[in-house]
Amino acid sequence: MLELRSITAGYDRDHPVVRDVSLRIAPGEAVGLLGPSGCGKSTLARVAALLHRPDAGTVILDGEPATGYRHRASRAQRTAYGVVFQQPRLSADPRLRLADLITEPLRATGRRAEAPARLAELAPTVGLSADLLTRRPHEVSDGQLQRACLARALILRPRWLICDEMTAMLDASTTAALVTAVEDYRRESGAGLLAVGHDRVLLERWCGRTVGWAEMAS
Amino acid sequence: MADPLAETAQRTRETAETSRKAVETPRKAAETARKAMETPGAAHWHQRAARRGGRGTRTLRVRTSAVLVAAIVLAVVAVPLLFPLDGQAVDLAAKLRAPSPAHPFGTDEVGRDLLLRCVYGLRVSLLVGVVAALAATVIGTAVGALAGALGGWADRGVMRVVDLFSSVPHLLLGIFIVAMFRPGVWPVIISVALTHWLSTARIVRAEVLSLRSRPYIDAAVSGGASRWRVTVRHLLPGVLPQAGLAAVLMVPHAIWHESALSFLGLGLPAHEASLGNMVNSARSSLLAGDWWPTLFPGLFIIVPTLAIAGLAGVWRERINPRRRSELML
Repeated sequence: MLELRSITAGYDRDHPVVRDVSLRIAPGEAVGLLGPSGCGKSTLARVAALLHRPDAGTVILDGEPATGYRHRASRAQRTAYGVVFQQPRLSADPRLRLADLITEPLRATGRRAEAPARLAELAPTVGLSADLLTRRPHEVSDGQLQRACLARALILRPRWLICDEMTAMLDASTTAALVTAVEDYRRESGAGLLAVGHDRVLLERWCGRTVGWAEMAS
Repeated sequence: MADPLAETAQRTRETAETSRKAVETPRKAAETARKAMETPGAAHWHQRAARRGGRGTRTLRVRTSAVLVAAIVLAVVAVPLLFPLDGQAVDLAAKLRAPSPAHPFGTDEVGRDLLLRCVYGLRVSLLVGVVAALAATVIGTAVGALAGALGGWADRGVMRVVDLFSSVPHLLLGIFIVAMFRPGVWPVIISVALTHWLSTARIVRAEVLSLRSRPYIDAAVSGGASRWRVTVRHLLPGVLPQAGLAAVLMVPHAIWHESALSFLGLGLPAHEASLGNMVNSARSSLLAGDWWPTLFPGLFIIVPTLAIAGLAGVWRERINPRRRSELML
């Protein structure tokens, strides 16, 4: 169970973007969060992934309150999430080859040895060929880079996936491929999903439950 | 009412008017010269120079700098091999000779060849400049990255220390540090390095702060990376170009400082061939009308520093095209 309890968050204490919002996601459930741009849904997604400290409220992860946010969260809690962001260009370290980009979480958690096997297993599921894996981010397209970012999010086998406008910058076929990859992973692992976006049609087809930003605030 | 304030204001306005006119005259001359240059042949070259945001003289400046830097490196490497300096070779019979074919730069007040001593002095100056600039960059990068990566009270604390150091004139602080040691090359290097890391620390901190809010840092945190790993693997590589540029721009500054300290008699021991020492010991003969012992070492300080700064300017324009190259002396 991933539970957000009356979260108030923002970047300026006097003007929070998110005011007193609560949300519960059951294990294995897929929740779509719909809202216009600028309403604070990305901020809420970052809070849910323990990447942004809220001004008030708590995140309860599988029954345990978050120990902190960013580096203050325990490594086990941080890596319980796989996060995919909206802009692949900004969310990829420009100096890493795609293979290193995808396996970086394994290196960071001291499981370097598993990297080649996991990479060989993951790359086909997100549709990346071996030749792409040796390239650097500036040598691939946005869609290819987003596939790599999804692979990076999946490599530690997270229990929760946070997809923040994952497909907003992509064409229809890449969108379909990425959503399929996420759904395949969820079916196999039973992970829960919070998908943030403004595309009602996509989110309603993708997620079991879709919440509008307006109804959540009340 | 004859208000003295109003009178002063009127006078200030007049002065401003005069200086504005004085500025405008050369500007008009430059305009005319530019129009004259816009012949069909020059048009292409001119456009290219304009597009790259530089003046027409830019390419010439860069080429001159490159040739000079190459010549300097060749000279300081080859000359000591070809003409070993008999350091203490005093020839009082040949003292203060004006430049001649035998001694192109003349001789100093104890009869030593100035050209050879200038090259040896430049060698010492370059060594001090490069080592000090590298050391200062390492200190500045470490401090700046620490402050930027930790943030919060650690950042504020570290930056207040930087402000504290900045509030003391750095030549004064440098003199203080040098004075604690016996004269030599290393005290000068330590002094220059310890007083010049401040600007690098500021640059690196600002860069780290801007990188820290990028989503790829979020992704690394979510992937389980520790603070140390985020800093070393994701933040530092991003600031290395800026830090490298700061190091190169600091080399000329460090050379000037070495010369200044030696000139004040606090740098290298007096018998060592150092450009600052040479300018210092030439002061008395300058009063007697002997210009060469001052002029040539002075040129050896100015020309290499301008050449290095000129080349570094190109690098800076590559990294940050919006900011025009300038000397950071």
